[in-house]
Formats: sequence, C-alpha cells, structure tokens
Amino acid sequence: MAKSPHPVHEDITPEMWTGIDRVIAEHKSVSGAIITVLRECQDIAGYLPVELLDYIAKGLNLPSSEVFGVASFYSLFSLVPKGRHTIKLCLGTACYVKGIKEVMSRVTNTFNLEEGQVTEDKRFSLEGVRCLGACGLAPVMVVGQDTHGDVSPDKILGILDNYT
Amino acid sequence: MAHETVEQLGRIREKYAAKFAFTDKTYLLICGGTGCHATGSIKVKEALEQQLAEHDLSDKAEVVETGCNGFCAMGPLLVVQPGDVFYQKLTIADMETIVKEHIIGKKPVERLLYKDPVTRKRIASQKEIPFFAHQEPVVLRNKGLINPESIDDYIARDGYSGAAKALLEMDGEEIIEQMKISGIRGRGGAGFPTGLKWEFASKSPGETKYVLCNADEGDPGAFMDRSILEADPHAVIEGMIIAARAINAGKGYVYARTEYPLAISRLTKAIEQATAYGLLGENIFGSGFGFAIEIYQGAGAFVCGEETALMRSIEGKRGMPRPRPPFPAHKGLWEKPTVLNNVETLASVAQIIRHGGSWYSAMGTESSKGTKVFAVSGDVNNIGLVEVPMGTSLRTIIYDIGGGIPKKKKFKAVQLGGPSGGCIPDAYLDTPVDYEAIAKVGAIMGSGGVIVMDENTCMVDMARFFMEFIQDESCGKCTPCREGTRRLLQILEKICEGRGKPEDIDKMRELSATISQTALCGLGQTGPNPVLSTLRYFMDEYEAHIHDKRCPAKRCVALLKFEIDRDICTKCGLCFKHCPSDAIIWKKKEVARIEKDKCIKCLTCYDKCKFGAIF
Repeated sequence: MAKSPHPVHEDITPEMWTGIDRVIAEHKSVSGAIITVLRECQDIAGYLPVELLDYIAKGLNLPSSEVFGVASFYSLFSLVPKGRHTIKLCLGTACYVKGIKEVMSRVTNTFNLEEGQVTEDKRFSLEGVRCLGACGLAPVMVVGQDTHGDVSPDKILGILDNYT
Repeated sequence: MAHETVEQLGRIREKYAAKFAFTDKTYLLICGGTGCHATGSIKVKEALEQQLAEHDLSDKAEVVETGCNGFCAMGPLLVVQPGDVFYQKLTIADMETIVKEHIIGKKPVERLLYKDPVTRKRIASQKEIPFFAHQEPVVLRNKGLINPESIDDYIARDGYSGAAKALLEMDGEEIIEQMKISGIRGRGGAGFPTGLKWEFASKSPGETKYVLCNADEGDPGAFMDRSILEADPHAVIEGMIIAARAINAGKGYVYARTEYPLAISRLTKAIEQATAYGLLGENIFGSGFGFAIEIYQGAGAFVCGEETALMRSIEGKRGMPRPRPPFPAHKGLWEKPTVLNNVETLASVAQIIRHGGSWYSAMGTESSKGTKVFAVSGDVNNIGLVEVPMGTSLRTIIYDIGGGIPKKKKFKAVQLGGPSGGCIPDAYLDTPVDYEAIAKVGAIMGSGGVIVMDENTCMVDMARFFMEFIQDESCGKCTPCREGTRRLLQILEKICEGRGKPEDIDKMRELSATISQTALCGLGQTGPNPVLSTLRYFMDEYEAHIHDKRCPAKRCVALLKFEIDRDICTKCGLCFKHCPSDAIIWKKKEVARIEKDKCIKCLTCYDKCKFGAIF
C-alpha cells in the first residue's frame, strides 16, 4: 500500500513525520486510541497544527471533524505553537488562596504575555493549569519539567532568568 | 498443596519479615512523593547514599525511597528506623551531619527535627508529632514505609493476601456480601455504597465486563489519589483484582490524569511486576480466574471524572456525559456492564476482604464507615495528607492535625468538596466528617480536598473563582450548565468589580436552583454550590461589595483605592522595598505615598503591609 505523502509544514521535520507515521501505524487497529495518538504526536511535533490533525484523521481512517473535535475538547492539546519554555501556573484552589493570581499578573505585566500566548521572541508560553496536586508547595509554578514551589511575585523573575 | 504463587508470597513474607521490624539494619526512609521531588529529595537521596558509601556503611544502613509520606509542606523528608526519627526540610549538606552524628554517633541531629509551632519544642519521634499522632492510617498504612516500586515490599506487608483469599476461598457473592457489611461508600465524592454497585454489575447479564479505576483526580486542592498511587500502587491493583473477581470481569482500566507523571510511572511498574509474579494475567493463584489491567491517560478535562464521560473518553471520544439510566453497571464502557471505583475506594478493598467487613464497619459513624483521606492545604500550618476515622471533627483536622492558621491570622472558612462543594465557617467547625452531616451544613464530603482560608480571603472572589472553573470545564452538552454557569460567572464578576446590584442576589439564587435541577450531570447539578454556600454564610461580604463597593478582605482590585492611611502607616517602608514598579514614594520617618500612574495594582504592598494601612 502506498503511503500518503506528508503535507508540507514549516514546523514539522522529516524525522518528525517518520515518528508520527510510526505512532499512527502502532495504534491504527486499536479502537479508541485517538487520544493516545494525539498525545504522542504532540510530543513529537510540539503542537498539533490543522495539517497534522488531518493527516492523523486520514491515517486512523476517522473523519477530520471527529479528530478535531477530540483535539479541541481536551486542554492537553495545543493547536498553536509553544515557546521554548512553557510556564504553567497552577490555578488550583490552594494556589489561588495563596496568591497565584498576583504571580500571574506579574508574569503578564513583565513579559507582556497573556495566558495561552507566546512571547514574541518565542522564549516563553504561559498556561494557567488545573490543580497539579502539589498543594503542599502552593503556590506552584512549573517551567518545562521543573516544579517550583512557594513562589511569589518577587521570586519568579529570578527563577525565570534561568530559562533563556 | 497450595498453588505456587501462594507459596511464593509466603516465602517473600518470611524473607522480608526482619526488614519491616527494622531488626536487621538501619533504614533511611526518604520521601519520594511529587512534593518532595520538587523540593529536591532526589539529590538529597543521592548525597545520603554517597555518604553511606564513603563511611563504609552500605551494609549496615539502607536508603529506601518511599511514596508520599504525607507531610508535604516539610519536604524533603527523612525518617530513620528503628527509632522513628523524623527529619524535615533537608539539604544535601545535612546528609553528612546525619550520617556522622545519627548513624555513626547514634544521636539524632537536634536542629533538623520537627519544631512544634505552638510549644516551640523539637520533637524527635514521627508518631509524637501532632500531625501524625491524631491520624489513623488504614488506606495509607504503607505510606512512607515501603518502596512503592518494589512488589516484595508490598507483599511483605501482607499484600495480595486479600486477593488470594478472594480468589481461592470466596465466590463473587461472598465478596460482595463482605463489601456490603463493611458499609464503605464511594470515596470519589458521591458516596454510593460500593457493595451495592458491585452487586448491580455482577447481576447484569453479559460475558464481557469491566472494572475501572477513576484516577482522574480533578478537584482543585485534592491530591489523595495521586499520593496513594505514588505510595502504594499495588493496593489499588489488588482492589481491582478483587472487584473483578466479584463481578467476573476480565479486563480493567485505570483512567489517570496526565498531570500525574510520577503516579503513572509507578503504577506502570507495579502492573508489570504483578504480571511477572502471576498476580495479573491468566489463571491467577491457579483459580482459573484471569484479569488484566491497562492504564489510560486522560488529556485534561475535569468533566472526565464523571463516570459516563470517563468511559466516553476511554472510547476515544469527546468526554461528554450522557443521561443515566442506563447506569454503567448495566451499560458502561463499550456498552458492557462496568464497575467504576475511585482510587481510595479500591485501595481499601483488600483490607476489607482480609480482615472482614465488620472490622471496617467498626470504624466511623452510623452512616459513614471506615476512614477517609483528606488533602489539607491552603492557609494552614501543617499542609499534607491526613487519614482519620469518619466522625472526626473538622476542627480536629484543621487545628490538632493541621496546626491552625499561620501568621496569627484568623480562620475564615474551610472549603470541602472542590467546585461541587461549599465553604464552612467557624460556627460549624465541630461538624463531624460524615456524608450526611457535611451535606447538612451546605458542603459535600467530596473527594477529600480540605482548603483552609484565612481572613485575607474574599469569599465573593472565591465563589467567582469556582464559577470560573465550572464554566471553563463545562463540556457544553446541556444548556443549563453551559449557559447558566456563564451567567452566574458574569454576575459574580460584576459584583467583584463594584458593579453589582441588590437584585443580583435573588437572580443568582434563582439561576442556581434552575441549574441544580436541570443540568445533565453532577458537574452542573452541583456547580452552583460554592455560590449558594457563600451566600448562606458570608452574605455580609456580598453586601459590602454591592452596597458599599468595598472588599473587606482587600482582594478585589477594582474595589481598592491604592491609598495609604496616614494614621495607620508606621513609616516602616516595607511597601516601598517590595513595590516592583517603583510606584511608592517613601523616605525614612515619612509616611509612604502611592503614585497612581505608576501603580500596576499587583497587591504586593497590601500583602507586605503588616498594619493594614493601605486601603
């Protein structure tokens, strides 16, 4: 069977397409695997542009509308590119009570960066996330894979200096 | 003759008996929960191992990375056994001291011990620390003790003996009978009797059935399930095996939040180990019964904690609930009879089967049996994981275990039950932890999040916070929830911005009643609860916002003037030092002043001023 040719996309390299093809092939015959496929493809490409969603739909033999419906429903999936470092601020109750709102507004003011957006230099993207379950450290900020607990508007700028 | 797997469990128990009596060597139990990982426990552990090696002690002392110890605010944590010595807030440099003074010198390191915030005294023994002393660990019996990545550790602590009993000595009906006698109710929040749920599914006709574990812990401020999975994943697996045996299911799924990578990785390892030991798979214990478990990662949608939405999500669809009946016990995952239980419920099952239902029902109150795990956080001294018998008062949890409110501030409310729950004021703190008693005061037991709020919390803003959450997480399928919560949020935003009108209160009440009565699933039906409970207990704050355009807790930015009261200001200059935008003018021995055009309204000065001089 001939493989469908990869659509052209500036953010997806040939190596990424190979990985994406492998993920699709692995899950093709498993019913209900769409969420897993989307997650693994996002891990490879960084985000899920529409061209990629269409490609996945074709690969899994599903209507594009269904794949888009799932991708837009779950907050894990991003249809827009992300910055080099993703700042996640926990918006759980404990973090809120302990002042994450003020931390959020400091980040927004300093970097001219709104929730769900990327800075112009692509350095940071900012996400407000649901409870991370690390309430003992509230308020919590996660940058990339690093969790920073007990943050305050004063402290965060120093922490963020380490991410260039 | 006993089956080889049963004999193997017996051999493992004998082999490790000395380990858990701590008689063969010194055990250094370092907490490896998410919280302690974030504060640096992995590096502390490496430093400790290095120190032991340098002092040639590797044979005499063993470092064990346990799951979440529970006292999350004090991490990184270390407990030394025998002796039960509890060390807190450790650094890499402290490891040399501990090895030299404690392990070699046999004398606990005083300065690293827990200091009681009230008596200011150091306490050495973990079980004498008030945070631990008032607890009764049943579900959490292995926390901070076993290595969650070692199945042998779990087996040594009687693990999988409940499953052996269920599979070899009991039939499905007998298992369900014991669950019914135990009186345990669903720990996810709704409190449906677990035995009854199993009975419905077991009587449902069909060859193919499923057991699901709900580990989609979405309530903000709740981390019980995460901690259980991190500390004792095999307890959940064993519970699922027993549930599967009871209803005769061959396949199970754990639906876990993708935000919990450590819990997922430990559970994955645990499933692999249990399979390798023949505790999952075909013909378990030679009983002829087979069961397999798969982990399914969610993708970030609060509504997927609702059972029918969760099943939709596993099927690879948008996680939207559907009307019930039919209930999952009849038509669940892939339209087959399904039992869905919460992590904590499943983690209790093996012990109920091992000790018998009446052992469990001896704990708790008339209608709420056993123990309950709570995640205590917010404005409270001892933040962490707490397990108490049902019937314990909220006051005991917040003051005796939680150590009260920090910075000498006043208690205002405790929030139970997440976005479906409510805020309980001081007057009702003697309410016992009991499904019915908590519902009576306007909250719900919920999954176990306990968030303490001090006097600086604005209750109108909290209602707005929860409504924003519900509105954002509403799946959009039914109109009352999709539109109703949006309107409620708009009204609350208006009030917080000083544009509220007296009639808004009645409007919110009416809208809340309609949403509760008509929404499709639990998310919408309980969504207005945070509004209703704050209206019930904190009407004065709503009135201050609406009539006086004033926020008593000074949190609602639109209602603050950002001015300094000359009579109260002590000229200390703290606000000046912390202002990030140089908007405060201050000189020594002079009252501070705020330049409005430079001020970014970040509230830093409000938080820093100890005298409440800024209004």
